[in-house]
Amino acid sequence: MKPTAMRRNRFFPVISGAVLGAVLVLGCAGKTEGEPREVSVELCDGETTLALAKRPETRAEGQVAADAMMASWRKKNPAGDWEQDVRSRHWLAPMHDNSDVLAAGQRDEHPGRFFSERDLLVWKRETETLVAAGARIFHSGDELGSTIAVSCDMCHPDAANTHPETYPKYQTQIGKSVLLRDMINWCLQHPVRAEPLAENDPRMRALEAYLYAQRSGTPLAYGKH
Amino acid sequence: MTKIPKIQGIETQYMAGRERLMRSLENLDRRVFLRVSAAVAAAAATRGVALAHSYQPVMVADAGTPFRFAYISDSHLYEKKLNDRFIRSLLRAVDDVNAMDPQPDFVLYGGDLAQLGQPAELDLGAQILRSLKAPLRMMVGEHDWYLDLGAKWRALFGKDIYSFDHKGVHFVVLNSVVEEDFWSARGLTPMQRMQTVAGLDNRSQSNFQVGAPQRAWLEQDLAPLANDAPVIVFSHSPLYHLYQGWNFWTIDAPEVQRILARFARVTVVHGHTHQLLTNRIGNIHFHGLLSTAWPWPYAPQGLPELTIQMNRPNPFNPQDGCGDGHVDVHADGLVDKVYDLWNRDSIVVPREYLASNGLQSRPKAANVASY
Repeated sequence: MKPTAMRRNRFFPVISGAVLGAVLVLGCAGKTEGEPREVSVELCDGETTLALAKRPETRAEGQVAADAMMASWRKKNPAGDWEQDVRSRHWLAPMHDNSDVLAAGQRDEHPGRFFSERDLLVWKRETETLVAAGARIFHSGDELGSTIAVSCDMCHPDAANTHPETYPKYQTQIGKSVLLRDMINWCLQHPVRAEPLAENDPRMRALEAYLYAQRSGTPLAYGKH
Repeated sequence: MTKIPKIQGIETQYMAGRERLMRSLENLDRRVFLRVSAAVAAAAATRGVALAHSYQPVMVADAGTPFRFAYISDSHLYEKKLNDRFIRSLLRAVDDVNAMDPQPDFVLYGGDLAQLGQPAELDLGAQILRSLKAPLRMMVGEHDWYLDLGAKWRALFGKDIYSFDHKGVHFVVLNSVVEEDFWSARGLTPMQRMQTVAGLDNRSQSNFQVGAPQRAWLEQDLAPLANDAPVIVFSHSPLYHLYQGWNFWTIDAPEVQRILARFARVTVVHGHTHQLLTNRIGNIHFHGLLSTAWPWPYAPQGLPELTIQMNRPNPFNPQDGCGDGHVDVHADGLVDKVYDLWNRDSIVVPREYLASNGLQSRPKAANVASY
């Protein structure tokens, strides 16, 4: 039997519930002319679906549907809350406050070039997520690939004593001037006993992000030992 | 009449009265002393006082025989099949102590023998420590405790809270890593609880405390002692507020300090911080212990003014910043704290340094400082 009355709409779980609710209502509008019809909405994971007796008419109804789908997705993906989990466990240095770019001034004369609250929100979310991913990996011997259950935080709680601001510097034992990523890889190979990471490995990028973030406010001092 | 200079007994809840009673014993002869102590024991028994040890007031020789005890701490053992590095480090410390000549009177183990409180980790640690030639005094750390809340540790080593007398000095061993229940409401498994506590910078746990019942026990335990009796306390966490984010912190440390404040000569020796750490609050002298497993960085705030930092550990030098050490207890009851750092010169924090509030006998400053 072909479910002819079913319609599938795709939504992204990263969109906030309120926005998603609105999208859901809009998405159904115009597609369901005439009598109410059963609708099925599908999440962007291609698996999670939600059957609704009728299409949501109001923002509130859309929100209910969005929340139900997100709850269903979270239940299947408990690791999906990893960022909240990391934040509940670890202190992360606060990101720079960019609100000064919203101040009135020359931007008023050049409307195409100014930033909005939304820009600031995107910067903050995206940057903090990268840093939180670094914190997660830093504290996980498994994610680091340690063969001896050692993680970075066992010598560097809160990334203390990592000194990202001192690179590049010459390390006699490595035999060259190294960058932070070289020292991360040295630590991975020796104290952590893991394979080194490729320079562009997402884990390396996240680790570097976390170390720099935790040292926020410290002046650069390249070459310092 | 034989003068009995000091009476060191164990507890009764009747502290004030008992203290007076004990003071009155000072000029009694031995026969009367025994009679009175028996009466005190009987009095304690009739009041239903729970005695941590058999009631046994003892006459001690004059405090004043200097002696030395060694320490090993914070070995964080994994099972051998997972990670043999920390095991080899503990073996190195045991070799160090067994090579001491003369042998120390006893060895303090400062807590965190295991990394994740696993029975196999604790068994392994117990097996290694058995090869120490000198007697062993054990203290518990949070890594030993939070898988089964101390069941395995106590089965291996006995009480986690106790006291003993040695050559005129009264020693107290505390369990300072008591945390309020953060796990039940979150439905954490014992292993999740253990892993949470095992993360030094994991803020989703509670802070350490000694707790009211243990403080009451401590007060009782110390009650018979005169104010000039030398006292040395072992606690895993520092008994002062250093840095809360890493549990370099014991919530009720101020209350414990108040209990210790009446003593003219009292030293607290603590593990957990894995570094050279020195403090003085009133008459209480504090010393940290080195770890055999890894050094911790100095906390970003709260470092005591009297602490002379050890050089920043060099990651290219395996086991740098780690080690063991010993404590020389002088005739006056004050101590020299010796940090036997591996692959480096030892650092001594002498009693004069703390007694003079840092004016005399200052250890050399670090030339590779933390920042």
